[in-house]
Amino acid sequence: MSAPADPLVVADDAAVSDHPGQKAPSAVVVRGRRSLVLRRFRRRRGAMVALGVLVLMFVGAFLGPVIYQAITGWTYSTQDYTAFLQPPSPDHWFGTTQIGQDVFAQTMRGLQKSLIIGLLVALISTGLAAVVGACAGYFGGWVDRALMWGVDLLLVIPSFLVVAIISPAFQSAGWLVLVFLIAIFAWMITARIVRGMTLSLKEREFVLAARYSGVSSAGIIFRHLIPNMSSLLIIDATIAVATAIIAETGLSYFGFGVQPPDVSLGNLIASGTRSAFTFPWLFLFAGGLLVATTLAVSVIGDALRDALDPASSRAGGTK
Amino acid sequence: MGRFLLKRLANYVVLVVVATTLAYIVASLALNPRSTYEGRNPPPPAAVVEQQLTAYGVNDKDPLLGRYADWIGGVVLHGDFGQTVRGQDINDQLGSRALVSLRLLVLGSIIGAVVGVLAGVVSAIKKYKVTDRAITAYSFFFIATPVFFTAVLLKFGALSVNDAVGSTVLYYTGYETPNLQAGFWGHVADQVGHLILPTLSIALGQIAYFSRYQRNAMLDVMNSDFLRTAEAKGLTRRKALYKHGLRTALIPMATLLAYSFGTLAVGATFTEKIFGWHGMGEWLVDSITSQDINVVATVTLFTAVFILISGFLADVIYAVLDPRVRV
Amino acid sequence: MTATREPILSVRGLEKHFPIKGGGLIKRTVGAVRAVDGLDLDLYPGEVLGLVGESGCGKSTTGRAILNLQPATGGSVVFQGREIVGLGRKEMRPLRRDIQIVFQDPYASLNPRLPVFDIVAEPLIIHGLTKDEAELRERVRTLVETVGLNPEHTNRYPAEFSGGQRQRIGIARALALEPKVLVLDEPVSALDVSIQAGVINLLEDLKERLGLSYLFIAHDLSVVRHISDRVAVMYLGKIIEVAPRDELFDRPTHPYTQALLSAIPLPDPRLERSRQRIIITGDVPSPANPPSGCRFRTRCQKFAGELTDTQREKCLTVEPLLESRGEGHTSACHYAEATKVL
Repeated sequence: MSAPADPLVVADDAAVSDHPGQKAPSAVVVRGRRSLVLRRFRRRRGAMVALGVLVLMFVGAFLGPVIYQAITGWTYSTQDYTAFLQPPSPDHWFGTTQIGQDVFAQTMRGLQKSLIIGLLVALISTGLAAVVGACAGYFGGWVDRALMWGVDLLLVIPSFLVVAIISPAFQSAGWLVLVFLIAIFAWMITARIVRGMTLSLKEREFVLAARYSGVSSAGIIFRHLIPNMSSLLIIDATIAVATAIIAETGLSYFGFGVQPPDVSLGNLIASGTRSAFTFPWLFLFAGGLLVATTLAVSVIGDALRDALDPASSRAGGTK
Repeated sequence: MGRFLLKRLANYVVLVVVATTLAYIVASLALNPRSTYEGRNPPPPAAVVEQQLTAYGVNDKDPLLGRYADWIGGVVLHGDFGQTVRGQDINDQLGSRALVSLRLLVLGSIIGAVVGVLAGVVSAIKKYKVTDRAITAYSFFFIATPVFFTAVLLKFGALSVNDAVGSTVLYYTGYETPNLQAGFWGHVADQVGHLILPTLSIALGQIAYFSRYQRNAMLDVMNSDFLRTAEAKGLTRRKALYKHGLRTALIPMATLLAYSFGTLAVGATFTEKIFGWHGMGEWLVDSITSQDINVVATVTLFTAVFILISGFLADVIYAVLDPRVRV
Repeated sequence: MTATREPILSVRGLEKHFPIKGGGLIKRTVGAVRAVDGLDLDLYPGEVLGLVGESGCGKSTTGRAILNLQPATGGSVVFQGREIVGLGRKEMRPLRRDIQIVFQDPYASLNPRLPVFDIVAEPLIIHGLTKDEAELRERVRTLVETVGLNPEHTNRYPAEFSGGQRQRIGIARALALEPKVLVLDEPVSALDVSIQAGVINLLEDLKERLGLSYLFIAHDLSVVRHISDRVAVMYLGKIIEVAPRDELFDRPTHPYTQALLSAIPLPDPRLERSRQRIIITGDVPSPANPPSGCRFRTRCQKFAGELTDTQREKCLTVEPLLESRGEGHTSACHYAEATKVL
């Protein structure tokens, strides 16, 4: 670079360069987005608490039954014929059901199912929404019209109904089918929002610059458009987890989702509702865990959104 | 604007037709009405079973398209929705059930939307203060809580309220006390007493959603330049907000309103089941378990029409609020 | 700058029309916005050609049409001997290494979600110009240093840089592929005056060191005067005067150029107060419906004040073409007259 005789050049770069004329050390340290985002996330106390709760849920759901069995000897399928409808006790931490099943073991097993279903559905539906919405917005024309017509169609189809009718038929294939069924009907609104954002983003100059550089359409969509919508997608994914868990529990509540003898929070809550007033432990633990999980997920999503948005002042930026 | 709305309306009508058709086809393929007869003891003669099934239009040996054409023909030409799997006329129950459901849906959505929007606006204006934190906590909680959980919690609450007051103020079963002997106002009070809990079950969740989204929309507007310009012109903060900001912030809400009716309908179904209201939602769930194709199709049609009307109203609101649409 | 060399970029009759769709249910094309309507210009190696004009005269569209970023609807663009108009994406790809663009808005021209390193590296990666990670880092480092920024800061996001710095990053990105021509679309319009100076100096320095040619699109005449070798003046989609810089500012021949120059404020207050201002009246005509004959006649001070009726006839009916007024100096006016304005 020519000697920094021009004071304006130095002034401009004063904030950035300490030694404008010197050669910088040869290693360029690329720290990357991830660590910056994580740092911002860690500063939110509420989010860390929620994260802790969620981790607890996972650990409890997957390791809990193992530990519990080691301590008390009960699993979700065994019955204690000496203890029907017992309130919580050291022997049965969450009490027992009418036929002597251990509520803790059952609840943890149900939690497992609900957690996995929720996560999978959120991933699939958000991914689908991002790709479909971005393609519709970026390509425009008949691609856009066709995709949006499909979206409208799926929005109008009574999803609850269709899943309720279809899923018992696939019972033998397991709960993975349920995941797909729920996911198919969950992505549409996000897709529309993604499309709207793509329409405004694609005229921005950095997209033009990328197009000019020769970046392929796929490259533009995945590297320039979708990352600039990441905050939207993250919030949406987390709300999707919550909605998916609720959808699954709703379906199972009516008997359409996860069927007995398989356990999910939904059918546990359903069987507990009947006796909710007299034997509250049958209902409250499952319901409480459900609310705690979805609440934790929502708070995390909110914090992630702030951490991902470089302009957000709430995130506590690196400045 | 007229053209915009007309196009939307035509679009909706097509979607209603498609939705109903799909529901009918899916139900016909997945449900098995024959099983209601097969389970009986002694089993009815095969010929009778066939005859009954065909008479109700649900015989799986008859061609699907033919059955569908018959049913749709009946609906469009005569307003006749056919018969249930047990031979009852669907039309008989249709009216009363529809009214029951509508009462719930309309009230729940209006309260949910209006209170929700207000809560969102207040929340945004008083950002980070106690009111905002309280409303935010509330929304987080109720977004995370499914309707059936809320409903039972409300029942708990109702019990304690009733105990405290000494008499049954809040009802949690049914929509009116049967054989009630009271004047007109007595009936009204009775109905309200029955309405409160179910409506709350739906409204609380809606309020949570709306307030969250409205808060974000409001915050975006509050930080915008055109609002600052309005204040620079001399408007007070409040006037600027209400005159310029609110209208802009309400626009995305109209869309949200339109799309929330689908989830609203599902929520209403839970509520009906839990509080013992004999509405469309309860009918639907029962019909799926009893393999009743015609009822499934009928309820779908009604739900779709309901979503259509409310979606259309939301479009009208949107067109009124957003001058860019009136091109 | 003599014109005996071959131009590296040659534009003839360039047209970019945007269709106006009207009608009810079925959209028909009822007209066209003729943003660029028959434009000729030449860019010679190693020179800076300034392209000036009012807002809305089609300057930016010209730049983008030349690059095939927005495909032209007519005319010819010959770059390094090859015709660009009508080429598909694949064919344009290798050519784009030699001609690059720097955008106007430093805030919108960089992807806010990518660290600066990735932004500058992207063209290199797409075109497969580096063998490995180490070479990529080296090239990016050099580029960033060339534009006067500290390479240690390349892991930061655009939001953490000032406008001037971002513009430098945009320039670094444009230089990544080692082009021969840069089209700069109002590169300093969005910056403070003092920062403008820094970026302009950088551009001049780069031109000397790397042997670049610039098509410098701007509306600020003082900036253009500083950096250009030749200047072209545009009005309503056509070039109406081209001249070497000093020639244009000393002896403008087209009434529009004269009016533009007379609007430049002079630093000397006494001179400023005593000068004769040329005021153009009226608004710019709609580019969908340009005036017949000479486009400028509806606002031309000559047309309004000095011409006889028979002379005006010619302005009304015959479109003036670019004619030579001297060495490398052309203008499109039937009654061109060199006047000292500044």
